[in-house]
Amino acid sequence: MSRTAREQLAVSAHGLGKRFGRTVALDGLDLAVPAGTVYGLLGPNGAGKTTAVRLLATLTTPDAGSARVAGFDVAEQPEQVRRSIGFAGQHAAVDEGITGRENLVLVGRFHHLGAREARLRADALLERFGLAAAADRLVRGYSGGMRRRLDLIACLITQPPVLFLDEPTTGLDPRSRGEIWDAVRELTYGGSTVLLTTQYLDEADRLADTVMVLDHGRTIAEGPPGRLKAEIGTRVQVVVDDVTQLHVAATVLAAVTGGEPISDRDSRQVETLSLPGREVLLPALVRELDAAGVAARDVALRTPSLDDVFLALTAERQAA
Amino acid sequence: MSVSTLSPRPAAPADRSTPGPLRRTALDAATSATRVLLYYRHSPALLAVSLAVPVVMVVLFGYVFGSAMQVPGSGDYREFLMPGLFAMVAINGITPTMVGVARDVERGATDRLRSMPVSRFGVLLGSALADLVIGVAVLVPLVGVGLAVGWRMRNGLADALAAFALLVLFRFVMTWLGTFLGLAAGSEQMAGQLAVLTFPPAIVTNVFVPTGGMPGWLRVIADWNPASAVVAACRQLFGNPSAPASAWPLQHPVVATLLWSAVLLAVFAPLAARKYSTHGR
Repeated sequence: MSRTAREQLAVSAHGLGKRFGRTVALDGLDLAVPAGTVYGLLGPNGAGKTTAVRLLATLTTPDAGSARVAGFDVAEQPEQVRRSIGFAGQHAAVDEGITGRENLVLVGRFHHLGAREARLRADALLERFGLAAAADRLVRGYSGGMRRRLDLIACLITQPPVLFLDEPTTGLDPRSRGEIWDAVRELTYGGSTVLLTTQYLDEADRLADTVMVLDHGRTIAEGPPGRLKAEIGTRVQVVVDDVTQLHVAATVLAAVTGGEPISDRDSRQVETLSLPGREVLLPALVRELDAAGVAARDVALRTPSLDDVFLALTAERQAA
Repeated sequence: MSVSTLSPRPAAPADRSTPGPLRRTALDAATSATRVLLYYRHSPALLAVSLAVPVVMVVLFGYVFGSAMQVPGSGDYREFLMPGLFAMVAINGITPTMVGVARDVERGATDRLRSMPVSRFGVLLGSALADLVIGVAVLVPLVGVGLAVGWRMRNGLADALAAFALLVLFRFVMTWLGTFLGLAAGSEQMAGQLAVLTFPPAIVTNVFVPTGGMPGWLRVIADWNPASAVVAACRQLFGNPSAPASAWPLQHPVVATLLWSAVLLAVFAPLAARKYSTHGR
């Protein structure tokens, strides 16, 4: 990779590895996150997401490989890295016994801002993220969503170029998740680079420019969410009136999509994923079904969710 | 201290100048101390309980135990007891420190701090100093109640101040021990359980009774317990009744207290700082 290309990466990693005792938490992670983008690390519990973020945020040291954040080596220049990042861990790490404003001012002071400056920035952030009214209340009385938002904006007090958010919405109700999503989007308008981890595929789908799917400490897929979904094809479902027509419908579906349809007699439904790259159009499918004499009650084409992507990828790995 | 009363500085640029190591340690210690003290400011009840518990102990031990206690040399038991309670309060200071540190680890506050460009030693030093402020505050009502129940400082102001200085030093040492144990515990619940274990070392001392009547093996432990040296030093400096001592630390209690403090600090402050830096590695 050329020197300029490397400099434009906000986060990069090469062969990053970490083991805890006998457990391999991260097994040779390569990462390239361009500045100003949102990058999503996706995977189930134990996939290595948190370990990756902790390594990049200098909270842990790697056993293998190297990584650079905002141009600084995480092992050689941890201080410079810490000056360039905001980190929000899995729990909202806010102090409950003090007010929201005091939380933010303390974070500013720990970044060695002057008292006045820290306070001005705290006030501006509280205002911008809708916490001004609660600024002088003890955090103990905040809702889960408010705590999370406060935790998130605590990262912003120094306007760092790189933000690490570890499962920013885990445990929140849908409304609070929406609030956090809005907040994360707002961050990127300021030009920050965001690396977030999540177990929720819709979250990565909504927020991330690029997604990496991790499983057992290894990368199993990477790319824009749209491309990952295109790679596994379109989900096609047909519900028939007469259960005896299921196998006919399945034959038609196989011919049109190139997939391997699965029938379910109870729901009288046949379902498949189309072959990647094969275009499936609804009118054509309906015509074919009609020509075969299938009385279809419902025909649905659906872009696969990242859940489908994830299940397809992990199934492939298990089969392999 | 309010964070907004510190001297204002012109608006910092995005690439703010980084303070030198010493200044950074001092700045981070000040911020860290502010953080702990803000807690107390927002929970007057917590402070009230911290202040009230030692006072209750005077009544409990002074009058319940005292009613059946003979002090060597026909001294007054409550006067014998007060230096013991001063030291006991310092030992009990371990618990809130330990629980607070463990809570920070558990709730991610420690990770958040460690992801920032702070002096990690400064952060620990700051919370230790804040604990010390509370520790001194707790002594005030205890001294008042002590005076009310007949305890006196009989050797003059200089010796009394020396005794209080030793107590403050001991509290400072206990704070580092508490910090280390809190980091080792890693969770609030575990720290709460560990707190029970601070009870025996506080009791196997000369705090409540002279060590002379204990079985031989137990007496050795009590005589060489750092807390016993502190208590003996206070009894000596305050001119309060004390039992004849055979063990070296109790014969030279002031020197022994200073030595114990130096050793414990030299062990636990670096251990705590190391544990803090390498947590979760």
